[in-house]
Amino acid sequence: MKENILISLKNVIVEFEDGHRVLKGIDLDIHDEEFVTFLGPSGCGKTTTLRIIGGFAEPTEGDIFFDGVKINGVPPYKRNINTVFQRYALFPHLNVFDNVAFGLNVKKMDKKIIARKVKEMLALVNLSGFENRNINQLSGGQQQRVAIARALINEPKVLLLDEPLGALDLKLRKDMQTELMRIQKSLKITFIYVTHDQEEALTMSDRVVVMRDGQILQIGTPQDIYNEPVNAFVADFIGESNIIDGVMYEDYEVEFAGQAFKCVDKGFALNERVDVVIRPEDIIVGDYETSPISGVVESVVFKGVHYEITVDAHGYKWLIHSTQSQEVGALIGMNVKPSDIHIMKKMEVR
Amino acid sequence: MKKHNLLSNLYTALVMLFLYAPIAVLIVFSFNDSKSRNTWAGFTTHWYTDLFHDEEIISALVLTLVVALVSSVIATVLGTSAAIGLNKMNKKLRSVFMTLNYLPMVNPDIIIGVSLMLLFTYLRIEFGVGTLILAHITFSVPYVVLNVMPKLRAMDKHIYDAALDLGCNPLQAYFKVVIPEIMPGILSGFVMALTLSIDDFVVSYFVNGPASQTLPLVIYSQTRRRVTPKINALSTIIFIVVLGILVLNNFYSIRKEQQLRGKKGGH
Ligand SMILES: Nc1ncnc2c1ncn2[C@@H]1O[C@H](COP(=O)(O)OP(=O)(O)OP(=O)(O)O)[C@@H](O)[C@H]1O
Ligand SMILES: [Mg+2]
Repeated sequence: MKENILISLKNVIVEFEDGHRVLKGIDLDIHDEEFVTFLGPSGCGKTTTLRIIGGFAEPTEGDIFFDGVKINGVPPYKRNINTVFQRYALFPHLNVFDNVAFGLNVKKMDKKIIARKVKEMLALVNLSGFENRNINQLSGGQQQRVAIARALINEPKVLLLDEPLGALDLKLRKDMQTELMRIQKSLKITFIYVTHDQEEALTMSDRVVVMRDGQILQIGTPQDIYNEPVNAFVADFIGESNIIDGVMYEDYEVEFAGQAFKCVDKGFALNERVDVVIRPEDIIVGDYETSPISGVVESVVFKGVHYEITVDAHGYKWLIHSTQSQEVGALIGMNVKPSDIHIMKKMEVR
Repeated sequence: MKKHNLLSNLYTALVMLFLYAPIAVLIVFSFNDSKSRNTWAGFTTHWYTDLFHDEEIISALVLTLVVALVSSVIATVLGTSAAIGLNKMNKKLRSVFMTLNYLPMVNPDIIIGVSLMLLFTYLRIEFGVGTLILAHITFSVPYVVLNVMPKLRAMDKHIYDAALDLGCNPLQAYFKVVIPEIMPGILSGFVMALTLSIDDFVVSYFVNGPASQTLPLVIYSQTRRRVTPKINALSTIIFIVVLGILVLNNFYSIRKEQQLRGKKGGH
């Protein structure tokens, strides 16, 4: 990742004909050679943002800059950007070779050079020898890689990828994630990646952009987003969390579940109502008599690495990840370290 | 079960007989060495040689083919462009125009014929090859639209975006990606326009000129004077040609289907 800014969105607003505002003022700088991921629930405007960057849609308001030059109104075929579409959009009437060669053929490049480049590109995505296959003779993962090769052969400065792994099974998905990260590093180009899978976003990206409802909630490194989510929504979206109503007594002291707890947050108003976010793996299970919170075990599910335990206490269903199993119906105690209690401002209600 | 089979076979045979008996009679009598329509007087091919020496019929055949080719090529271009335009419209507007498109198809031919005749007279266009071609384009276009539209609707819309993404301008994107993708629809629209044009009697009857008689018109006027077995011979040839096209077409689509199925199982 370099320091210079390659793509910049300034207060981008998109409104469709029906008056529905899909993007509500997006401000975003993307660096050269960066791997940026848009993360958010379905319908939050990820694809729309990508289409604005690709030139397939125009912002109703706001500007978009590429390398410092305003590119509003510049059509896709004049942008040094290529796209891997949400469902690949390969050309069914062309074979693998002609799909990959398409962009170079449009540029009327020399046939020999095209043949060489296609060969290299297919090798890069591990599809050597598939040149003459028909598109419908390929598996989903192979089609995916053709789509990536077809985009990358044009040597774009930016590659847009819209949920490229959405249709693949878990194993293939993990392999492709590593593959894509390797390609991005070796070609040194900017990847703008869309997903609604938080794990994928955290694994692959230099920076994650969390979106909701046409707005950016938080931009940061995966560590930032995971450790310092700006609000309960981000916290919950990034990893399942317990979100409990609380009241901030004073700096470093919060009340929830009928108890006062020490915490590491400050700067809230006196008695301000807050969201208290606690990750399931941060809850320490203990004896019910000596622990500050006690409740009844409702369910225990084995998840491979840990048990997922639901506990009913103080009107909340608490989610606990623990390596130790518990009996359903048992009374247990729960405690949390001050550093694991995350205090967040209540989200403004829109 | 067996009885059932027998019955249904019998039924099929009856339907086939009903459909093909007239054509069988036609073919047999085209080889009859007599002008009689009910007695067999031996085998001959001289009606066929006669046919090819009948200038009126040969020139009508040429005219029919010219009109059919020119009108269906133009209709295919117009119909395909129309379908692409319609496909880009919003839902409401599209359904309005699609209804307008269907209307001429359900309209009786005779009304189309009469109204075109009135229009051409009003515009003082001389009746002849030109009016024939114009009229045939008019009734063919809706059928082309009808054949192309479903292919456009079924096409992945993102492949157009993908073409733009890979450096095509909109025109190139249509020619390199969209048109090849909907080609089967365009071709079947073209074939339909071609057969409709060759087949047409009613509309042509109203818009032809004295020197521009298509084959159906000539056959009609010849049979009114006296039925010569030449017409039987001509009809036989037409039937065989049409049969040939149909068989070829079916053969082609079956093979294509097999290819596709083979592909799906093939890895
Ligand atoms: N052409 C359009 N006209 C009107 N509304 C649209 C149009 N395209 C998208 N929308 C709306 O814009 C919103 C955002 O859509 P977008 O495709 O950007 O979501 P997304 O974040 O990519 O979702 P997903 O994860 O499901 O792909 C949705 O509410 C959608 O219904
Ligand atoms: Mg999307």
